[in-house]
Amino acid sequence: MVDIRSGAGETIPLAEVEDVELYHPKSWWTKYVFSQDAKIIAIQYSTTAIAIGMVALVLSWLMRLQLGFPGYFDFIDADHYYQFITMHGMIMVIYLLTALFLGGFGNYLIPLMVGARDMVFPYANMLSYWIYLLAVLVLVAGFFVPGGPTGAGWTLYPPQSILSGTPGGKDWGILLMLSSLILFIIGFTMGGLNYVVTVLQGRARGMTLMRMPLTIWGIFTATIMALLAFPALFVAAVMMLFDRLLGTSFFMPAIVEMGEQLKQGGGSPILFQHLFWFFGHPEVYIVALPAFGIVSDLISTHARKNIFGYRMMVWAIVIIAALSFIVWAHHMYVSGMNPQFGFFFATTTLIIAVPTAIKVYNWVLTLWRGDIHLSLPMLFALAFIVTFVNGGLTGLFLGNVVVDVPLSDTMFVVAHFHMVMGVAPILVIFGAIYHWYPKVTGRMLNEAMGQIHFWVTFLGAYAIFFPMHYLGLLGIPRRYHDLGDATFVPDSAHTLNAFISVMALTVGAAQLLFLFNLVWSIWKGRDAGGNPWRATTLEWQTPQTPPAHGNWGKELPVVYRWAYDYSVPGAAEDFIPQNHPGLGVPTRETGS
Amino acid sequence: MSVMLVFLAGIAAIIIWWMAQQRLTSRPWLEVGHVGQPGGGEQSQIPPAKIGLYVFLAVVGALFSLFISAYLMRVGTPDWWSTPLPRLLWLNTATLIVSSATMHWAKTEAQRGRGDTMRTALLAALATAILFLTGQIFAWRELTEAGYVLADNPANSFFYVITGMHGLHIVGGLVALGRTMTKAWSGPITNSLRLSVDLCALYWHFMLAVWLILFALFAGWANDFADLCRQLLT
Repeated sequence: MVDIRSGAGETIPLAEVEDVELYHPKSWWTKYVFSQDAKIIAIQYSTTAIAIGMVALVLSWLMRLQLGFPGYFDFIDADHYYQFITMHGMIMVIYLLTALFLGGFGNYLIPLMVGARDMVFPYANMLSYWIYLLAVLVLVAGFFVPGGPTGAGWTLYPPQSILSGTPGGKDWGILLMLSSLILFIIGFTMGGLNYVVTVLQGRARGMTLMRMPLTIWGIFTATIMALLAFPALFVAAVMMLFDRLLGTSFFMPAIVEMGEQLKQGGGSPILFQHLFWFFGHPEVYIVALPAFGIVSDLISTHARKNIFGYRMMVWAIVIIAALSFIVWAHHMYVSGMNPQFGFFFATTTLIIAVPTAIKVYNWVLTLWRGDIHLSLPMLFALAFIVTFVNGGLTGLFLGNVVVDVPLSDTMFVVAHFHMVMGVAPILVIFGAIYHWYPKVTGRMLNEAMGQIHFWVTFLGAYAIFFPMHYLGLLGIPRRYHDLGDATFVPDSAHTLNAFISVMALTVGAAQLLFLFNLVWSIWKGRDAGGNPWRATTLEWQTPQTPPAHGNWGKELPVVYRWAYDYSVPGAAEDFIPQNHPGLGVPTRETGS
Repeated sequence: MSVMLVFLAGIAAIIIWWMAQQRLTSRPWLEVGHVGQPGGGEQSQIPPAKIGLYVFLAVVGALFSLFISAYLMRVGTPDWWSTPLPRLLWLNTATLIVSSATMHWAKTEAQRGRGDTMRTALLAALATAILFLTGQIFAWRELTEAGYVLADNPANSFFYVITGMHGLHIVGGLVALGRTMTKAWSGPITNSLRLSVDLCALYWHFMLAVWLILFALFAGWANDFADLCRQLLT
C-alpha cells in the first residue's frame, strides 16, 4: 500500500498572504532589546546562556584545581568546593543546556523551520526571556551575598540543604537558588507554550507533522516534556522555601542541629527526592531530545543523504519521551526502596535503551555510503554519536540496582553523566552553532579555529572523563573535597587526577578560542550566502540572510516535500529544498 | 506519585488520540508535491490562543497533581493531625460555582452578541471571584485563630500552601478577566472579545474543578477513595 501522492501536474495556487498581526518594532529599544522577534530573543537567550555557562566552566576549573592539586590553593576550602560543585551543576543543566536548546535553538529554528513568520505569542515570548535573565541574575547574586551561594549539591537534597552545616543553608544561598529556579520555571512555561503552539498551529501550508525536520520534532517533544516535568521542581522548590523560611516540615525530619533539637520533624526527605527526580530524569531527555533531532539533521545534510528511517526516528523520540517519565526512581536506588519497585524502575530504564539504540543505528545507517563531508558540524555530529554511545553504555551498568549500589557515589557516576548529558549535548550545540551561525550572521565561522576547537574539545573531553570511569571502579568517591590518605587510593589515582585537571584546563581554554571565533567571525568571517551547506530545510530558503523581521517576503513558503531530499536520482542538484515543487517522482521506491 | 502518574496517563491518552489523527504512519519521502488544502486537515481550526490555554491548563494540572501526590505521600505519618474544615469553605465553594456559572453565562451572551447582559455577567463573575478570595482569607483567619497555624502540623502546612497556590491562580485569572473587561467596556463585541470571554470561562471552569478536587482532598473523602484504590490493588 504505497501511498504515492505525486502532484507534478497539480497546479498549486500561491499561498495567500495571511493577515497576521505581526508586531512591528518602533524604536531601537523595541527592535533589539525588548524585542518580540523570536530571532532576537533566540540570540538573547543564547548569549545569556553562554555567558552563564562560562561562569560554570570557570567553576569546574576551580574544582579540578582542587582535586588535581589538593592543598595548593588555599582559597578553595571545603565550603567553596561544594559551592562550586552546586553552581556548576545547576548552571550547566538548567541555565545553559535547557535554556540554550529550547530558548536559543527553539526560538531561532521553530518559526524558520516550520515556515512561520514568528512565534504565536510574541509578547509572552519576550517576557520569557526577561524572566530567564532575572532568574540568572538572582542565581549569580548568590556569589555576592553573605555566606555565598548554596553548597547543597545540584540535587539540593534536604535536610542538609537548609541546615547550617551546608554553605548557604541558613544564609541567602539556598533562598536565592530556589527563587531563581521558580523564576526560571515561570519564564520557561511562557516560552514553552509558544514553542508547542507554534509547531501545532504556525506551520506553513504543506508542512505536515511528518514533513517536519527532526530538529523540530526533538525540540517540540522536549518542550512538552519540560512543561510537564518542571512543575515537579516548582512544587519541590516552593515546599522547601516554606521549610526554610516558615518552619514547616514538608521535608524536614526530626533533627538535632548544633546540639539543639529543631522544632521541625516528621517530614520526608524521600518525598523531595521523588519530586526532584520526577523532574530530574525527564530533564536528561529534555536536553537529549533536541540534541537527537539536531544531530539527525546535521548528519543528513553533511552526508548528502536522506535520514534513514525517518518515521522510526519520530516514533523513537516520542517513545523515549513517554518512557522517561516512569524511570525517575533509578536515581534513588541507594535511598532504599521496595525491591519490587527497584525491579520495575531498572526494567523501564533498560527498555529506554531500545528506542535510543534505534536512533543510533539510524544515524550510522544514514552515514553508510553517504557522501560524507567532514565539515565542522559533521565532525561534531560524529563525535556526538561516539560519545553518546559511550555514555549510554555505562548507563546500562548504572541502571541495574545491584551494579548501581556499589558504583553510586563514585567517580564512575560523574564520568557517566558527564559523557551522556554533558559532553554529548554540548558537542551537538557546537555542531549546531557551526551549522546555523552562517544563517544567523551571514558569515561562516573560521574553519582553522574551528578545527582546533573541535579536536581539543573532543579528545580532551575523553582524556578528562575516560579516566574517571577507572577512578570510579577503584572506589574513589565523588563529592569529596580532599581524598586524604585513604589506603585504598593508589598513588596512580592522584597522578591521574592531576592529569585530568590539566586536560580540563586545556579543554576550557579551547572554549575561549571558540568564543573568540564567534565574535571575530561576525566581522571577519567568510561571506556565507543564503545556503552554504546546500540544505533542504526552510530556514535556508529565506529571501534574506540573516532573515529579516517576519522571516519571509510577501508570501509564506509552501512545502512540497519532506526535509531530506538529498542526492535524489534525476534531480538537477544533489538537494531539493522543501519549498521546491520540482520533480514529482518519489525519491526512493520502497514497497511494503 | 500515583496521582501524578494518573494525570500523566490522561495527558498521554489525549496525546495518543491526537497523534492517531496525524498520519504518523505516512511515508513522507513518497509524498512529493502534495500540499493539501489551505488550512485543511493538517492544523486544527481552534484559535492558537485556545490551544495555548489548553496546554497551560495541562501545566497547571500537573502542578496541582504533584501537590496532591506530595500530600498523599505525607498524609498518615504519625505527626499528622487533620485540619478541621472551616464551615466557610462550603460557602466559598458555592461562591466559586456561582462565579463559574456566571462566566458561562457571559460566554453564551457574548456568542449571542448581547453586550449589556454579557457585561453584567462579567461583573458578576468578577465580584463572585473576589468574594471567593476574600472568603478564603477569612477561612485562613478562622483557622489561625483556632490555633491551626502553618508550621504546627503538616496537614496545616499543606492546607495553606495548596489553597494559597489555588488562590494565586485565581488572582492570575482575575488579571486576564480584567483585561477582557476593559476590552468589553471599550467597544462592541468583536471576535477577539468573544474569544477572550471564552478563554476566561474555560479557565474558570478548570479552576473550579481543581478546587472541587482539593476540597474533597481536605475533607478527607479523597483518603477514603485512596484507601479504596489501595484495597483494590492489594
